[in-house]
Amino acid sequence: MAEAPQSQGKAAAAWTGFISWVDERFPLTETFEYHMSRYWAPKNFNFWYYFGVLSMVVLVMQLLTGIWLTMSYVPSGDGAFASVEYIMRDVEYGWLLRYLHSTGASAFFAVVYLHMFRGMMYGSYRKPRELLWLIGMAIFVVLMAEGFFGYLLPWGNMSFWAAQVIVSLVGAIPVIGPDVMEWVRGDFLISDITLNRFFALHVVALPLVLVMLVFVHIVALHHVGSNNPDGIDVKKNKDENGIPLDAIPFHPYYTIGHDLPAIVGFLIVFCAIVFFAPEMGGYFLEKPNFEQANPLKTPDHIAPVWYYTPYYAMLRAATFPLFGLTAKFWGFVVMAGAIVLPAVLPWLDRSPVKSIRYKGRASKVMLALFVLSFFILGYLGLVPPSPVATAAAQVCTVIYFSYFVLMPWYTRVEKTKPVPERVTMP
Amino acid sequence: MSQGYQDGAPTAEQLAASIETESINKQRRYFLIGATAAVGAVGIGGAAVPFVASWAPSAKARALGAPVTIDISKLQPGEMLGPTPAWRGQPIFVVSRTPAMLEVLEESNPDLADPDSENLEQQPDYARNPFRSRRAEIGVYVGLCTHLGCSPKYYSEVRPEPFDANWKGGFFCPCHGSRFDLSGRVVKAVPAPDNLPVPPYRFISDSVVVIGQDEETA
Repeated sequence: MAEAPQSQGKAAAAWTGFISWVDERFPLTETFEYHMSRYWAPKNFNFWYYFGVLSMVVLVMQLLTGIWLTMSYVPSGDGAFASVEYIMRDVEYGWLLRYLHSTGASAFFAVVYLHMFRGMMYGSYRKPRELLWLIGMAIFVVLMAEGFFGYLLPWGNMSFWAAQVIVSLVGAIPVIGPDVMEWVRGDFLISDITLNRFFALHVVALPLVLVMLVFVHIVALHHVGSNNPDGIDVKKNKDENGIPLDAIPFHPYYTIGHDLPAIVGFLIVFCAIVFFAPEMGGYFLEKPNFEQANPLKTPDHIAPVWYYTPYYAMLRAATFPLFGLTAKFWGFVVMAGAIVLPAVLPWLDRSPVKSIRYKGRASKVMLALFVLSFFILGYLGLVPPSPVATAAAQVCTVIYFSYFVLMPWYTRVEKTKPVPERVTMP
Repeated sequence: MSQGYQDGAPTAEQLAASIETESINKQRRYFLIGATAAVGAVGIGGAAVPFVASWAPSAKARALGAPVTIDISKLQPGEMLGPTPAWRGQPIFVVSRTPAMLEVLEESNPDLADPDSENLEQQPDYARNPFRSRRAEIGVYVGLCTHLGCSPKYYSEVRPEPFDANWKGGFFCPCHGSRFDLSGRVVKAVPAPDNLPVPPYRFISDSVVVIGQDEETA
């Protein structure tokens, strides 16, 4: 017993020796300090700062469950639907792997939407974080594609017709559209040729792109530093050692003190859904998808999964031709515009302040209207088309776009509040 | 640096010095960079060809898209055969129309976007008539909405429908609410821009149709 401290000292010395051996060959300590223990994060992070790390947790979970699912899944028109049932019934814990993956898709979008909203609220896209924001937008677009390709794989009837509708969107491009559509499908209609290539894109190509973009996103973040709910640059107030006064080391304060409890809380909610409501009444796993793909029968009511419905409602809102171009083309333009428009936020926002806390009333009203229109569009995208729903979607589409298009004007004319020197604690 | 390089390679300092003394022919350097980039770009473009081309419909897909023969001897007036798994995997509608239905189609209808089939890509020449068919009573259409490719449903009866109080029979797409008459002609102010396509087809007897083939393509 008396020798214990000595042997501990020896072990510690051996560890230190090992680390310095590694450090001479690989920047281990340097990297850990740069990204974790000496990454100075503003001390006033709140609830909204959970969703970045949560989206990484979901990404890892999707990669892991996805790899396991490919071990039993058969990517062919004849085998796909049956192999999903095989996973659900015959593979040990297959049901759990699949429900984790399908619920994970919904969770991914939920946390990413909240993460993006945080950025919009606190002006996290403003200088010097424009590139960080653009990389994030690229992640969002790739994520949408990843979700779309993955949705075809169960080869249910909704999978089939959703893919048919979305691929047909390409056909709206004048002149080259129909040829491109055939090229994307590799056939004259969605077929197992399409299924095979979507499988390749879903399990290999896009996950690689996604992981690389997430890496670049973090590199960019740690280069410019995190924004905070006050939108104050914490690097302006430093102590004699050059450490921001209003910041704390990311590790252990945010890793253990902030993120870990958030991850546990998230997993509790997530597992509750996985175990008790994995289909979520048809919103996470849609009812027509329990029937095999049938190229001859469109389900009575086609709606995408909830996380695409706001954009889908905007697509349907375009019902009249304009400037000699068809309504179909404009639907495509409106939908694509709605998805990529947030990318230009850094150049639309002309406010002297970053955070919504110090912006004027106009910005607050516009942001609230934006969120409201997004939710209403999300609902309208789920319901069958009707004249009332279409009119409502048109109004909401105008509001959605006004938030962006009018931003250079209302952020300049409104009266902002003075921004304090130092951050305010929640 | 002091020990020098045995193999005669310049040191970093020497290189930097030579750049500063402009002993480098910059024009030649730019030319070489430009030429290398141009050749490289052509090479990458060439290498991309097989990757891009491999996405086109394969020989198998084209073979499966061969013409098909449909027997319509059991098709009753007013009914629709199909959607049948027909040409190119696309659902095909074969409708048999009653004289009353044909009368409706012949009336001029101001609600139609392209009543005279002026978009020539949507049908072969022999289907440029009010019935958009070779034989007035038998209509053959590709059952995919020209909006986003859902398969419309057949509502044959003249009666008010939830989607149209003034319904005269035709096709209704449940996805986005596009409507077509019994000749597959699209109604104005719906998302679908064009009439339902008419595939190339011909009758080889009174009751047998070949879809995907006509005199021109045979």
